[in-house]
Order: sequence, then C-alpha cells, then structure tokens
Amino acid sequence: MEEYSVIGKRIPRVDGRVKVTGEARYAADYSMPGMLWCKMLRSPYPHARIVSIDTSRAEKLPGVKGVLTGKDFNGWTWGWMPKTRDEPPLAVDKVRYLAEAVAAVAAIDEDTAEEATELIKVEYEELPGVFDPEEAMKEGAPRVHDYVKNNLSWDFHMDFGDVDKGFGEADLVREDRFETGRVITGYLEPPAAVALWDSGGITIWAAKQSPYFVYRHLAACFNLPLNKVRIIQPFIGAGFGGTKNDSLAGDFCSVLFSKRTGRPVKFVYNMHEVLMTCRRRHNMIIHNKMGMKKDGIITAMQSKVIADGGAYTAIGPLTMYLTGSISTLPYKLPHFRHDAYRIFTNNPIGAAMRGHGVTHTRFAAEIQMEMMAEELGIDPIEVRLKNAITAPYETINKVTVHTCGLKEGLKTLSENPKWKKRSGGSPPEGPLSHGVGISGTAYLGGARQRGHQSCGAVVRLCEDGTIDYLTGATDCGQGSDTVLVQIVAEELGLGVEDVDIKRVDTAVTPCDAGSYGSRVTVLAGGAARNAARDVKRQLAEVAARNWEVDPGDIIFKDQRVYVKGEPEKAMPFRKLAQVACYAGSGAVIIGRGYSQYGIEELDFDKGIGNAGTSYSFTSQLTEVDVDLETGFVKCTDMVIAHDCGRPLNPINVEAQNQGGAIQGMGQAMYERFAMDLGKTLNANLADYKMPLSTDVPNIELIDIITDDPNGPYGAKEASEGSTVSSPPSVVSAIHDATGIWFKEQPVTPEKIVMALKKKRE
Amino acid sequence: MAMKKIKFVLNGETCEWEVKPWRTLLEMLREDFQLTGTKEGCGEGECGSCTVIMGGKTVNSCLVPAVEADGQEILTIEGLAHGENLHPVQEAFVEKAGMQCGFCTPGMIMSAKALLDENPEPSENEIREGIAGNFCRCTGYTKIFESIQAAAEAMKGGK
Repeated sequence: MEEYSVIGKRIPRVDGRVKVTGEARYAADYSMPGMLWCKMLRSPYPHARIVSIDTSRAEKLPGVKGVLTGKDFNGWTWGWMPKTRDEPPLAVDKVRYLAEAVAAVAAIDEDTAEEATELIKVEYEELPGVFDPEEAMKEGAPRVHDYVKNNLSWDFHMDFGDVDKGFGEADLVREDRFETGRVITGYLEPPAAVALWDSGGITIWAAKQSPYFVYRHLAACFNLPLNKVRIIQPFIGAGFGGTKNDSLAGDFCSVLFSKRTGRPVKFVYNMHEVLMTCRRRHNMIIHNKMGMKKDGIITAMQSKVIADGGAYTAIGPLTMYLTGSISTLPYKLPHFRHDAYRIFTNNPIGAAMRGHGVTHTRFAAEIQMEMMAEELGIDPIEVRLKNAITAPYETINKVTVHTCGLKEGLKTLSENPKWKKRSGGSPPEGPLSHGVGISGTAYLGGARQRGHQSCGAVVRLCEDGTIDYLTGATDCGQGSDTVLVQIVAEELGLGVEDVDIKRVDTAVTPCDAGSYGSRVTVLAGGAARNAARDVKRQLAEVAARNWEVDPGDIIFKDQRVYVKGEPEKAMPFRKLAQVACYAGSGAVIIGRGYSQYGIEELDFDKGIGNAGTSYSFTSQLTEVDVDLETGFVKCTDMVIAHDCGRPLNPINVEAQNQGGAIQGMGQAMYERFAMDLGKTLNANLADYKMPLSTDVPNIELIDIITDDPNGPYGAKEASEGSTVSSPPSVVSAIHDATGIWFKEQPVTPEKIVMALKKKRE
Repeated sequence: MAMKKIKFVLNGETCEWEVKPWRTLLEMLREDFQLTGTKEGCGEGECGSCTVIMGGKTVNSCLVPAVEADGQEILTIEGLAHGENLHPVQEAFVEKAGMQCGFCTPGMIMSAKALLDENPEPSENEIREGIAGNFCRCTGYTKIFESIQAAAEAMKGGK
C-alpha cells in the first residue's frame, strides 16, 4: 500500500469555514439591481383540460412586468430520452397533476407577483383522474397522456437463465407482495434561481445538482448554442436526486421573462410547492418470487415491479432499469426474471433519489430471503454468507465486480456483541421488545446514464505555486469538493490549502455529466488525478532539465520537489513553479484530464452490462426497541460495515454513511407522502415526518478496505449504499422484536399495533 | 400601511430601522440588512434553518414579526466570529464535519450556541433536545452531536 500525504486523511472540508460563517451563498441569496420576481400559478385539479386562460387582469396590476402561459414555449417539451420528452415548462392543453404550473407572473416584488397569479382566470374542464398504478394499468382507465395506452410510461424486462427450472430445483418457493413508499429527497433548500438574459445569452445562478442537464435543456428550449448558456453554481443546499437533477418550470419561466424584459428575474419555490409538486421517490409494488434449497442456496428469483410514475416520465426509464439490473447483486442468482412497469398516474412525478431504483427491489429480496431462511431454520447472517458473491465475479446479466467486502462485513457483524442480543423469537419481559436486524446490500458507483458520461478537469498552475482547479462536478453538500482537492494536492505533493477549487460555471469549467449515482469521487476524481498528473509531468520536465536528470526521478512531496536518491537536488514547489512559468517566452502550465470510463457498451433494453464502474457493499446491523402496546419503534443502534474500496477522507465518508443510513431509516419507519386523489395531504415538514436529532440511533462505522482497481486510490461509492442497506436492516430488527414480517414501508406504529392485534387473535 | 420605527442591537451594532408591520424578522435580516447567512427553509417554523438568537433565546425568525425586534439584542450567524477568529462552535463544526450541504448549519450553530450558553456541559441527550427544532437531512446528526460536544469541551473555562 502506497503511503499518501493527503489521501486517506481526516481533513476538514474545504468549504467548512464559509458554511459556518454564513458566507456561503445559495441561489436564494443572490439578488441584483432591477430584479423581478417570478411566481407560478398552479392547478387546483389533478387532471383537467385547460379550456381558456385570461391573463388580462393580472397584466394590468401595477408592478406586473409579464405573464406567461404554456403556449409561450411553442410546444417545446423535455424529458430524459428523446422518445420520452413529454413534460412542458407550463401545462399547455391539460394539467396532469395537482399544482402543476399553468402560468407564471413576473413583477417588481414577490408580493405583487403572488397577487397577480390570483388574478389569472383559468377555465378548466375537470377530467376523471387515476391515482393508483394498478388501477391505471387496467383497460378503460382514464389516460394521463392521450397517446399512451394503459398509462404505460415505461417497461423494462430482463430474463436470464430459466426461472421455471430454478423454481423446480427449489425445496421452498415463496411469493410475496412488497411495497415501498413515496419519499421526499428532503433537502432543506427550496429550488431557486436568478436568471439574466443579455447579449451574451443566458446566465443563471441556479440550485442545481447536475447543472449540465439544465445547460442542455435551456439551450434546446431557447434555441441557443451551448456557448450562450452559462450556469453558475451557488452552494447547493443538498439534492439527493430528482428535482435538483432536472429543470423546473421556474427555470424556464425566469429565463423567458428576462429575455422579454431585459431584467434579471428570480424565483424561489416555497416548501409547500416543494412538497406538493417536486419529484419524489417512486412508490413501488414488488411481487417477488424466490426459490431456495433446504441449505439456503437461492435457486431463482422473479420480480414484477409496478411503479407509480406520476404525470410525466422524467428519469423513470433509468429507475426501472436499476430496479432490475442491480438485483443480481450481491447474492448469486443463477436464474432471474424481472418485469418492471412504470405507470402514469395523476400524482406528482416519481424520479431518482439516493439509492435510486435499487432500494425498492433490494428491500423485497432481502426480506424475502430472510423469511425463507427463517422457515428453513437458517440464521439470517448464514443465509447471506451462503449466497453472497465473492470478487471477482460476473453476474448472470454481465455485471462485473472486481472487489467485494460483503462477506467480510457480514462476518464482522456476526462477531459483534450486539448481534448476540438478538431475541430470535423469545418473548420480552415487559412492554418493550428488543430486536436486532441485519442486511447485506450492494450499490453502484461511478454510475452512467445514456449519452455523455465523462468528467473533465483542468489544473492551472499559478506562478507562486498555488493551484486553480476547475471541475464541472457539483458538490451538492456531501463533500466532493474536498475529496477532489485532496486528489489534486496529493498528486502534486501539496497541501489542500494550496489548491483552490472554483465554483462550477458552464462557461469556464469542463463539461460534466452530473452529481448522481455516486459518480463524483470515482469519475471526477479520476479526471482530477489525470489533470494534476499532466501538470506534474510538465513540471518534472522543467526540473529534470534544470538538474540534468531523468523526469521520472523527480519527486513531488511536502510542497517540495527533489531528485530521487539525490536529496541535495531539491527546491520548494513554489520555486519550481516560478522557474517553469518564467521559462523561455513565458510558459503557461495547464494540466487537463478526463475520466477514463473504459467499460463496455451497456444494453439498456435487455439489462446487460455495467451501469457503474464499481460496486459498494454494505452490511448493516440495526437494533430497535419496539413498544408492543403503542407500536412505537425506537432505533437505538446501528453498526455499518461498509466497503467503499478505500475511504479517501474517512471523516467525510463516515458522515455520508451516517446521513444515508438515517435517510433510509426514515423511509423504513415513518416517511411517506399521504395522498388522497392526487393531493399530498402532508405537504409540510410537521406532518411529513423526517428524522430529528432525538430520533437517531448511535451509529458505529467499520471500513472494509478492498482497494478497487477502477477507482482513484481504490475508492468506490459511499452513502447510497447505506441508504439501501438501512430499510431491510430496520425491518429485520422490527421482525426480531415482534415476530412479524412487515412487507410495506413505512412500518408505522399503527401497522405494528394492528399486526400484533391480528397475531394475538 | 404605516411603517413602524424600531431600534435594536444587531450583531453588536445599534440599528434604527423602519419596517412594515407584516414583515418578518427573517425578511428584514436577509433583504434589508443583506444578512443572507440566515436561511429560509420552510417559512413555517418547522425546519429551524432560520434560527437566530433574540434576547438570548433562539427564535424561528420566519415566524417573528420584525417589529418584535424593537428593544432586543439579535445575534445572527454573521455576528458569531470575532474577526478572523471563529467561535468555538463554528470551529468545532468545521473540525468534526458537523455540516455537509451547510444550509441548516447557520440555524443549527445558533441553536448549539444558545444551548451551550445556558448549559455549558450538556449530556448527549441534552444536546439532542437542544437541536430538536433543527432539521438536517445530510448528516444524520451524529457529527453534529460530536461537534457540539467538542465545542463544549473547548469552551470550558469561559473561552
């Protein structure tokens, strides 16, 4: 193992200081002289035809500078794939979910804009809605999009081996119905932007997790070349997928208002708008069938997934892909069939969220596997160890795993004293029943979508030996800026204080696919390393000429440069920078690098191949106390053994895993949007329950080091893994405490009380 | 509607200001004084992102009418550091990774500061209770507890 100076160290975040002083500016913190405010008018119906819109009264209100309706965008729509471009900036002829944006107003201040939206008169013809995906699939159900039969937004099928043969070989076959809930990503910073259209084109300061998506959307919508679209990244108040990975009505309307008025235009959604309209985790029904031999070996699995897609397709095809393509990890599946259906309904849109696609089907498979092990009298850890893959491994759908710390993680947990506290079905003495649960899951890192996938980096040497580092990768809060700076510093033998990472600006920074699918450290990190090495190569040549040695013998360490084996030939890095920059007719040292993706073609239709460059493995032990009288669950402890290859900044990897696990815990125990006929009933943070400081367990983290060959310095992904491992681990613990298997998330106190009552009867 | 004249101390400086009666303290801080370190998350007093200290107690500034600032001392995140020197709570949040996206952080730090002012040696449970009005979606809170414990340690002896 190579000894690193900066990598692998518990280095405080590079943006820590500006975040604790309030200096860090987020999109809503920007304002400009002469700025207008943009507000949306939203539909009061989940499904209705727009008969007419009268904007005249709003336009006459003093202070109003413009009103937009769907027609102003000339039929332009966007979507994740060319054939799924079904979403307009503002609804045109009909509204498909409650509170969909129908019109927008720009006015001199926020209050005037809001008042004006109330003066817009929209005549609707209400249509019958459909809100349950299973109902929506039936013949004769109302159509959300007139041209889509049976409301089928997207379907995806995988069929590997021969599942019937596999089930035939099994001693036990189970079929169960599982359900995962509609969950919010839960960022606290509502979407916001300030847009400016001038002779240079569009400039927008927008809260975007993957700004290069919006860069392309705006160029297409307004028919501008990409060099006239400039997105400047403020600090991002977290994303977790979905909304901030996409464009919004507010983005398009603010830009168009600015074009028409020549003034900067700002919008900030309020939390009610966020919770009513923004993209959320798909809720999914999973019919799972699994075959198992008496000894616990899985012989086959078949899954049928029905996802509530809501009104538009968004990134749904990828969600569906991930529900199946990653089901073949982390347990050996000789036969596997998967049929996934994403269904349009008149609900808000289902989209990506941390643990994208994988969390649903992995929950079903984990719980079912443990249910079957229980029937066969096999220990929950033993059944996992029996089926767990070991690296190197190629799944039946050609997902290739180079490193895997699952077995080591599970074994570590099996030896933990906490595991010995399992009740194993013995009844509690008081009303409080203690339970211990387990899970062992996988997630992809360095994820790819279709189309452009690479990351680039530019490292510029300043003549005083400091570094400007440019990346197109956005830190949406989880710490990627820090790890990228560490990588550049490590390569050049510098400290993190010598490297300044610039904010993403599409006019300046190299194009980047986006911050999703745990791809930044793996891919933008690879690009950063290559760009820094390019600078190092150029500097080594200068130093080698100076000392008349071979460039390969120049060492960069501790802010110094010296010749291997000749310590007297040394100078400070700063000095070499001066020599290099002032050499000849004025050299300019710029390094460039891109991530070498280097993986084979992905078959998106059949589910064959790697959707990521590497795979993390998470084993999680969870302890709960369940009050058998009230059904209240207190999650007391978690132990997470996580294989992220190698943590490049252990303190930040711990922090990420803790956050991911708590997000998963909320999803397992209480988070859900309560919906009634398309209306989100709990569209506020008091009624939509996210974990608070008083709810969270003690969390112990264990790093399983596997050093993946495809990641920079051995790194794989962190934290999406623990979002996936948490729900099955929590539900397994609740089962240990109650003797009941809960197959629907979230496992609320009501469900527990009802199930205990039923069990007693 | 008539503007109301108010006088208060903001981050150590005396201010006289005229506000509309329906304006919130949060709006006044962010828009009139450009103190954008205090964030608006939900605007309904549920998330704690807008927490500031008024009269020694934490308040959700989104729920407080600006006129109530009259005669009060108000401390925002911008008033915590002394020049280049961070407050020990700020220092600890940096050292112990007590923040990720940073959006809840100003409010969280103000709650932590108010807690430590009142209870310099809080137990872990008291820390949990002390920040129970502040949501954080990124950290799962563990690193925040550790940050506040470290700050309490650093502040021993009245630092």
